[in-house]
Amino acid sequence: MIHPIPSGTRDVLPDETRELRMITDALRHVFERHGYGEVYTPALEYESVLARARAGTGIDGAGPVHRVFDAGETLVLRSDMTVPVARLVATRYPDVTEPLRFCYFAHCYRGTRPQWSQPRELLQAGIELIGAPAPGGTAEALTVLCDSLDATGLTDYRIGLGDASLFATLMDRLDIDPAARPGLLETLAGRDFVELRQRLSAIGLSEESVTLLLGLSQRRGGPEVLEVSPGPASDAVAGMRQVGELLAPHIAERVIFDLGLVRSIGYYTGAIFEVYDPALGVPIGGGGRYDELLGRFGSSRPAVGFALDVERLHIALAGEERGTGVVVGPR
Amino acid sequence: MSWWGHDDRERTIAMTDSTAATPGTPDGLDGLTIAVPRGALFGGTVELLTSLGLDTAELRSNDRRLLFSDIGVITMRPSDVPTYVEDGAADLGITGKDVLLERAGPASDQGAHERGRRQIYELLDLGYGRCTMVFATADRVNDRGEDPAAEALRRLGAMRVATKYPHIAARHLEETGRQGEIVEVKGSVELAPLTGLADAIVDLTATGTTLRENGLVVRESIVVCTARLIANPVAYKLKAAQIDQLLERMRAGITA
Repeated sequence: MIHPIPSGTRDVLPDETRELRMITDALRHVFERHGYGEVYTPALEYESVLARARAGTGIDGAGPVHRVFDAGETLVLRSDMTVPVARLVATRYPDVTEPLRFCYFAHCYRGTRPQWSQPRELLQAGIELIGAPAPGGTAEALTVLCDSLDATGLTDYRIGLGDASLFATLMDRLDIDPAARPGLLETLAGRDFVELRQRLSAIGLSEESVTLLLGLSQRRGGPEVLEVSPGPASDAVAGMRQVGELLAPHIAERVIFDLGLVRSIGYYTGAIFEVYDPALGVPIGGGGRYDELLGRFGSSRPAVGFALDVERLHIALAGEERGTGVVVGPR
Repeated sequence: MSWWGHDDRERTIAMTDSTAATPGTPDGLDGLTIAVPRGALFGGTVELLTSLGLDTAELRSNDRRLLFSDIGVITMRPSDVPTYVEDGAADLGITGKDVLLERAGPASDQGAHERGRRQIYELLDLGYGRCTMVFATADRVNDRGEDPAAEALRRLGAMRVATKYPHIAARHLEETGRQGEIVEVKGSVELAPLTGLADAIVDLTATGTTLRENGLVVRESIVVCTARLIANPVAYKLKAAQIDQLLERMRAGITA
């Protein structure tokens, strides 16, 4: 007899579990070696507490959340681990000033439209580095990211590195009407360069500025893409340049500097990154700096972290294996 | 047999190796794979690909073959193009803005962008395949001067709108503050208001001839749609040089 489960969820049987376990074991080993201690937090949190992460950003984080109503309280299923860890740090380590390092392996939940066959539940593996400012903390997170991907046996991946504040800085320097800015950012986040050009032209910007913004938003590649002429653009990429200079050669060669990179999550403040592999058409994971998030929980500290989608990583490893004969699992 | 009912279609996709080079055609797609729409945009697209130096003779003459791996082309119905590009089965694709707008979902579905529904890049307005998405009703008004849709809205509280584009239609009603009921049909939308299935339609029109011949009149233009070049987000990063070079050549062709 067939008993259904909700769309976007699935059962995992032993063969797959064994392969997923090889991946998470490899990741855990690297996280621990770099000093990141594993934490568990509840899958359910108070909505009012997690909502602090969005306060003042006007952005709805990772989209709709799963709500649970119980005894007059509205609870939500966590949509990522960064906000719960921020909540945990503010509560349990309020006065610690030296850097804190945590890692996690946790299921996260997303609201979804059933017909789109999106996952409602996804397994994330990641780290949070609290109390380590840019650029050093960012470089450490990128190093852990590459070391952990190497340990799973993934060979062809690249890291896209951008800056969440880059476009906002540019718009500020170019004196763009504040009322037009949210629409421009939304269009950039929607990756629609046709509409971006139309919008930039429509607000009466000089052709020179339109060309500058459009050009920068599509600029991606090696360190040479950071060599922009002095002025607003040069100032805006200064943070990316500093991070790049701190990376060891074997990390730096993985990096694609991407001036147009945007991540939809509202709490990112500085460096942001995404993991790409030619074996998969979607990013395997990503992360970034969230220097203001802890402040919203009353415990202001700079922070950075990343999360990998373990199931996507598994698909990419299987894809590389089919294509290049790489063995799944730690070497 | 319709072209998308081809027996070999599952095997053909597996053969689409994104790293497959196109030796001897340095001015072709430089190893990139492009999803090409059959149908109204096919002619303009073949013209564009020919201008880029691709040998499109087989593509033009064989309308049952789906995969042309020697030139990096996969053909499919226009609404499937974003699916292949999102997945990475094709690095690039060409499809109508109408298809992209419809995929974006209804406006009230907040967070659709955030959850990665539309993770593809829209790189270029290719200019051809120009059509307008319109709101049309029967060419008559009542003694108050109301068209059938306005009358239905006033007296019945909602207008029934037939369309092949339920999300675009719902968004248009929402943005103009009107209540409506969307009736999704798969073809011959003009039939709906003639038979009483709906009070109005939302549909794409190039010249308006079909609308006029069926006694319909355009009441509102919603958006102008042209062919767009889209890219997979991972390919856009990992194959940046090839894509930018191709983009440059396409831009040169459009402005020429």
